[in-house]
Amino acid sequence: MALKQRDISVSEFFAKNRHLLGFDNPRKALLTTIKEAVDNSLDACEEAGILPDIEVRIEELVAPPSPTKPGRYRITITDNGPGIVRKQIENIFGRLLYGSKFHRLKMSRGQQGIGISAAGMYGLMTTGKPMVIHSKPHKGKPAHHIELAMDTSKNKPEVTVDVETDEFPATSSGTGTRVAIELEGRYVRGKTSVEAYLEQTAIANPHAEIVFIPPDKAFTAEDAESAEGDQGVFGSDSTASASASPALSAERSERPAVVRTTEHADRIVYPRAVAELPPETEEIRPHPYGVELGRFLQMLKNTEEKQLTGFFKNEFCRVPPAVVAEVTKSASSKAKTLTGGTYVSTVDHAAAERLYRALQDAKLRSPPTDCLAPMGVRTMLAGMLKGVKAEFYAASTRDPAVYRGNPFQIEAAIAFGGELAGDQPARVIRFANRVPLLYQQSACSAFKSVTETAWKNYGLSQPRGSAPVGPLVVMIHMASVWVPFTSESKEAIADYDEIRKEMKLALQECGRKLGSYVRRRQRMKRESEKRDVFERYIGEIAKSCEALTGTQAAQVYDALLKQAKRRTEIADAVLDEDGKIIAFADGNGRLDDDDGVIIVDPNGGPPPPAGGDAPAKAKPSADEPTTPAKKSKRPRAAAAPKQSPAATPGKKTPGKKKSSAPTTPTEPTKQPKPRMRLGADGTLFEVA
Amino acid sequence: MAKKTTGKKTATKAASPPTPAKRESPWAHRDTKTAASLQTLADAVVKSALSGREPKFDVPTRAASNTRWNKSRGILQMGPAVSSRELFNLGQARNFMQTLLHGQGIQALIAEGKTSSLRGMFYKGLHTIQGTKEKTFDDQTESDKVLEDLEVTLGALREELHVFAKKRGTMVGNITVIDSGDEINCRRMGSGGYAIPSICEPEVIQFKDVGADFILHVEKDTVWQRFNEDRFWETHNCILTEGSGQPTRGVRRMLHRLHKEHGLPVVCLLDCDPWGHYIYSVIKQGSISLAFESERLAIPEAKFLGIRAKDYEQCELSDDVQITLNDRDIARAKQIQEYPWFKDNRQWQREINKMLANGFKMEVESLITKDISYVTETYVPERLKAEDWLG
Repeated sequence: MALKQRDISVSEFFAKNRHLLGFDNPRKALLTTIKEAVDNSLDACEEAGILPDIEVRIEELVAPPSPTKPGRYRITITDNGPGIVRKQIENIFGRLLYGSKFHRLKMSRGQQGIGISAAGMYGLMTTGKPMVIHSKPHKGKPAHHIELAMDTSKNKPEVTVDVETDEFPATSSGTGTRVAIELEGRYVRGKTSVEAYLEQTAIANPHAEIVFIPPDKAFTAEDAESAEGDQGVFGSDSTASASASPALSAERSERPAVVRTTEHADRIVYPRAVAELPPETEEIRPHPYGVELGRFLQMLKNTEEKQLTGFFKNEFCRVPPAVVAEVTKSASSKAKTLTGGTYVSTVDHAAAERLYRALQDAKLRSPPTDCLAPMGVRTMLAGMLKGVKAEFYAASTRDPAVYRGNPFQIEAAIAFGGELAGDQPARVIRFANRVPLLYQQSACSAFKSVTETAWKNYGLSQPRGSAPVGPLVVMIHMASVWVPFTSESKEAIADYDEIRKEMKLALQECGRKLGSYVRRRQRMKRESEKRDVFERYIGEIAKSCEALTGTQAAQVYDALLKQAKRRTEIADAVLDEDGKIIAFADGNGRLDDDDGVIIVDPNGGPPPPAGGDAPAKAKPSADEPTTPAKKSKRPRAAAAPKQSPAATPGKKTPGKKKSSAPTTPTEPTKQPKPRMRLGADGTLFEVA
Repeated sequence: MAKKTTGKKTATKAASPPTPAKRESPWAHRDTKTAASLQTLADAVVKSALSGREPKFDVPTRAASNTRWNKSRGILQMGPAVSSRELFNLGQARNFMQTLLHGQGIQALIAEGKTSSLRGMFYKGLHTIQGTKEKTFDDQTESDKVLEDLEVTLGALREELHVFAKKRGTMVGNITVIDSGDEINCRRMGSGGYAIPSICEPEVIQFKDVGADFILHVEKDTVWQRFNEDRFWETHNCILTEGSGQPTRGVRRMLHRLHKEHGLPVVCLLDCDPWGHYIYSVIKQGSISLAFESERLAIPEAKFLGIRAKDYEQCELSDDVQITLNDRDIARAKQIQEYPWFKDNRQWQREINKMLANGFKMEVESLITKDISYVTETYVPERLKAEDWLG
């Protein structure tokens, strides 16, 4: 691990190996810079308990002379976070591997403390311009204006400008930070663009409001990709897959996945969909299973504890005195007897190694999992609903699990149908601690879990070893105190069996819900077609019967028509998330969040906002009989009178309720079953 | 249903030429029964409809699976299986509607005392369903199938439904036939012969002066012409018939009645190919789709005179007459070989094996390569004399 050898300047190392950090080409450098800044802003806001408002602005200073050559851009990210106190500014922005996040085990976006300073360094190297930072840590006091260069050989920041200024935009919190970096880069659209990143960030962070001000002009992704030779190993696969099917990526980029943003003349606004911050996460001590020998030795060396019992108790989690006694006993040798009272300073290397082995063999409880804050079914659905215009949404959150001593939790959500294209492979969007992962899809455990899930069981076609084909967007989120990335540029989740298994289970839960919905929908369609057929012949039959028996044709016709309707009543049915029929109403649907499923009336669009029980007008159409939007199982007083008489629950419900795994035992919000409603502006809000 | 008492038929006796249209239907005594069973069918449908139950009726299954080989009687019979026709079944709704439509048409025919051809029935039932572009019948085949279903459902013969098929098949020989009161001397039919009607029930056809010793049935018209021109039926005192390929119910009924009522043996001269073999099988045992009529159509004692697979060598035919068996022929031959009535028949197993070993089929006309009248002057007389046939 070259990055840990302090005698080489890390800054210098980075200067030579910038591809490791996601700066391998101008296009990616621009995106990585924005990504690091936005991640920091979101982390800072959340830790300070502020609902994030983030503005991302890209200015084109020098247009790229050709699609292959980089241009020069200024990137400015402004947030309403807590700001940074003056003396910390240099360290945070001016030194690599300086950060509050690397040494702790806490679920946060940033992990290694490389990001934003690396971006600043990249800018400095490519343009010679220092980073410009405005920070306003105190309400009502002026902001700091700092310009920061960096001495790469010494890994030391150099402050070139340091003044106080009143020029800081008014924020909701009264505090905030603004970072501006000038760099060489290229602004493109497409699958791995700034827009895609922000759009996915908005999906995973519906509590944030993000404003994006793009430059006037942008080359399209395929312009660039066809021209740009691939540089470096990282990022190669996304480029390759995109250039392998330029038509596809172009199609994707033209089809707006985000539909409920508000676009103004010069900016795109990703509005806030939930007004609730994710819960604060706890920091945990490392679990012995996740610690390697070297780290263990170092911890032993650095600990302030005097005796082994204290060392194990305070430096690790899940090592109670009873385990210490057991471990020390089995680690004892003839030469040296170890006990909980042994002084740490007397433990030599050999004894330490025996201790370590004994600890690995000991039966330990799994690490605590309250340190994780999954997005939760509700937030995922809100995010998906906001970002993807589909007809069926399902989400599921798994119970926390552990890999290598690190607790983690997997969540998945899917959006199906609606305006999604049906003849393309499903789009997979991946998140780690709410950060979108845009590159190296096929190397990512999340993508592998999608290809390994048997989507055929859920009514989708799936070429062998690939993602399913159909109008589907799959979202996978991994929340963990330490997300195992395959590289420092944080693009793909490493392939641990435990992680992939959880991912598949989460996908299967969503898949089952989708499967019953798809099957039911097909059945309703079939029934509706069937009724058409019956109705067609009943008239003829009634006439023949009259000729043969003398019974009035009209009488026979009415009786048969009634029967035909009864026999195909499923066509009129309204479904719940398991595809179980909950009401035989026509029309009068409403949108609900219930047990991880939302079904949107594909014809009627979202129901009107507040005041809310106005029926979404049912527009029966031949090819889509699922007209009414989803009805909840919970009766709702205001809606009750509007239910048609046919909506009595006494009707038989063909098809047994499919057993579906219980969802979200760990939903962060404690409110029982919150109800969500989609507002006219596309935001979700809660209904009291 | 197939029990026929041929004795009592006097209905047509009083046919008076001046008002032929007003002639009373020869089926009058059967009409009541047919109309009643139609009525029962429709009543059940109406009753189900009004009481909210699903209208349906049972149709005896006309399929190989529901066909029984009655070994002792040597005929194919229909088994007991029935299939349900349900209105509220996507695959059957249309058929249900068509059945009732034809029921209505037949009721009208009975009421008016008229008969209709199969094609006539197709047109009678044909119209566009109100409010759609769908026609009640796509083609005559669809209509014919519904009529056959109606026959078995009502337990009525096609004649009783007042429906007849296109006539096909010709007859000539030492016999006089009374057809709807007209005497037809089959010894004086010139080159054309007497066209065998579709309905050969005793109500329509009676026999008089049956002087022939046997019946020679040939596969098709061309061969029949050869025999007729050579006056074969005269020299050998027989009745000469042909069925234009697969014989119709009319031809089979005619053969059956002559065989049963007058004890005439039936000898068949057919092609040496799977289709010729199957024609023989149908004449002998009855067909799968009309198994319910076997008792009044099948002639278990019928003989297969030729063409035989051995004839290529025995008659020293030239290579030119060989028609190579294609894959379909071979598959069909093997299928026929597996029919229970052929499976236990060693003669037939040998015959089919020989044909397959030859690898070619032969038509009756191939004998012309020997001489134009070889078939009538040498082949058939020799085989008849030697009784060299398959049974």
